Amino acid sequence: MNSAVALQTTLPILIPLIAGALSLVVWRSRQLQRGISVLGTGALLLASIWLLLSVYDNGIQVMYAGNWPAPFGIVLVADLLSSIMVLLTGITGLATAVYSLATISKKHEHYGYYPLMHLLLAGVNGAFLTGDIFNLYVWFEVMLVASFALLILGGERAQMEGAIKYVTLNLVSSAIFLSAIGLLYGLTGTLNMADLAVKLAEHQDNPMVQVVAMLFLMAFGIKAGAFPLFFWLPASYHTPRVAVSSLFAGLLTKVGVYALFRVFTLIFPLGDSLIRDLLLAMAGATMLVGVLGAAAQFEFRRILSFHIISQIGYMLMGLALYTPLAIIGGVFYIIHHIIVKSNLFLISGLVYRLQGSYDLKQLGGVWRSHPMIAVLFLIPALSLAGLPPLSGFFGKFIVIKAGVEAQHWWLVGIALLVGLLTLYSMIKIWAEVFWKAMPEGATAPAQQRGGTGLMVLTIVALATLTVLIGVAAEPVYKLAEYTAAQLLDSQSYIQSVMGVR
Amino acid sequence: MSMPNRPDSLILRVTGHFLLPLLIMFSLFLLLRGHNEPGGGFIGGLVASAAIALHLFFTSVQSARRLIWVDPRDLIGWGLCIAIASGLFGMFSGLPFLGALWVELSVPIFGMLKVGTPLLFDIGVYLVVIGTVLNILLALAEAEDA
Repeated sequence: MNSAVALQTTLPILIPLIAGALSLVVWRSRQLQRGISVLGTGALLLASIWLLLSVYDNGIQVMYAGNWPAPFGIVLVADLLSSIMVLLTGITGLATAVYSLATISKKHEHYGYYPLMHLLLAGVNGAFLTGDIFNLYVWFEVMLVASFALLILGGERAQMEGAIKYVTLNLVSSAIFLSAIGLLYGLTGTLNMADLAVKLAEHQDNPMVQVVAMLFLMAFGIKAGAFPLFFWLPASYHTPRVAVSSLFAGLLTKVGVYALFRVFTLIFPLGDSLIRDLLLAMAGATMLVGVLGAAAQFEFRRILSFHIISQIGYMLMGLALYTPLAIIGGVFYIIHHIIVKSNLFLISGLVYRLQGSYDLKQLGGVWRSHPMIAVLFLIPALSLAGLPPLSGFFGKFIVIKAGVEAQHWWLVGIALLVGLLTLYSMIKIWAEVFWKAMPEGATAPAQQRGGTGLMVLTIVALATLTVLIGVAAEPVYKLAEYTAAQLLDSQSYIQSVMGVR
Repeated sequence: MSMPNRPDSLILRVTGHFLLPLLIMFSLFLLLRGHNEPGGGFIGGLVASAAIALHLFFTSVQSARRLIWVDPRDLIGWGLCIAIASGLFGMFSGLPFLGALWVELSVPIFGMLKVGTPLLFDIGVYLVVIGTVLNILLALAEAEDA
């Protein structure tokens, strides 16, 4: 096997692992940890770009860990979807690391913020790259353990409350996931995803396969924050530090979405099955419930949390329609969403730094005092609502067009309505935080000097990416098109992993 | 020197002093036989931490800290580094990550000894487990004494 391939596919997991281990070694020094975090995530971003370019040129890359041949050992498989997700992790990771420099307190750093952040990134990338269903479970757990700790770091009461819901529902989901893996292993005797796809094709008529597929749908549905089991998300995402919220908002639920895309294209291809109808209904309900939940909220980050849910609905809609165009839309939507959503959380943190609150009623007048920040908010906010020419418009447009072609009129109707309600939500934030005058009695905290520069820098960088994806939608669309083609052609994945026999 | 809020038991103290080196040796034994037979870094690390925990029961937190002479947090970091490094050796020789390399050494008295990167990995795990368990135990013991 080519050693460059082995290096490429391993680096996205290895770099955060090494960075995490090194920051544990130097736990006495804040400065060194901060340096390692920026260098490590920077290196991760470069490695992920290298991986995507290579996968784009040479097709699916496979690494056999420990040199054990498939299907016996664990394989890492980088196809286009995986490498796109890894790249997005690199972008979010670097943005969070730089933003953390300005916002994470000494106390949090002392309790191991940076090692946990690296561990989270390693878990996320591991989940994106692995080609083994049990290994996927392990990476999920790595990611969850790191996220539990990040969630309660600081130990405030609200954090504990949120964490209990978060931990409970995620553990339930893990238990379901693990049982599904057990049943699948009993049925086929293998854990390698490519091998599973081959073996399950012989079990078409076995009702057990449907049961297992349903279990996977539930397990990943919870992790993705889809209807009906999404309560953990708005209960917890607004409680930790903003940098942590932003990392969670960008990446964690998307790992669930990624797993759904992977499992239901490769292992249980969605035909005209009951699962598909269920997924369609879930997509619609997720969109609607998320956006309605957001309308009732008056806390900056809670509004954003509910919008994560409704956006997940669009991605699920892309998968559930299961036409080439719909999958393209789903992939495009994920690319757009991760960057926009992380950025909105970062902006909420910047506003907090300026005015000392997340409560819309306590905020106001940012447009007068900091017009640039207001503009920076408008870019991701309008993109989220789907206004052209920003990235969100194309994502929504492709998914909805696919819905029209497949003649799922009620789903198209919901998608359009939710777009409108998202705009309403964003305008609500705009009107309350930026436009209206600063409310009487609310006093801005004494200006904390230093650091806002770094915060603005990351926000500008992410906003630029959003604009770029919108303006240069053509190449991104092409990329999503290749990705969708690759996803729908599971034979190429199977052959890359198992070799031609 | 026992802490006032811990029961002072003669039996515990005497047996503890005898058991500590035995348990540590047993943990090293488990660590070394781990690759081909039951054992390994994880279980070895747990036994070693249990030995320190026993020491903690009849002495003080300070004494337990002196006994391990490094901060448990350092053990976690270095253990992780060693475990990751064991996977990297293979990469430098053209194998994928975690690819195993073995060398045979001839050691006087013992004869031929086969050593490889999986042993290094186990040593890393051993240190991480000791570091993590003791970090938790010592923090709890300190909170109790305070």
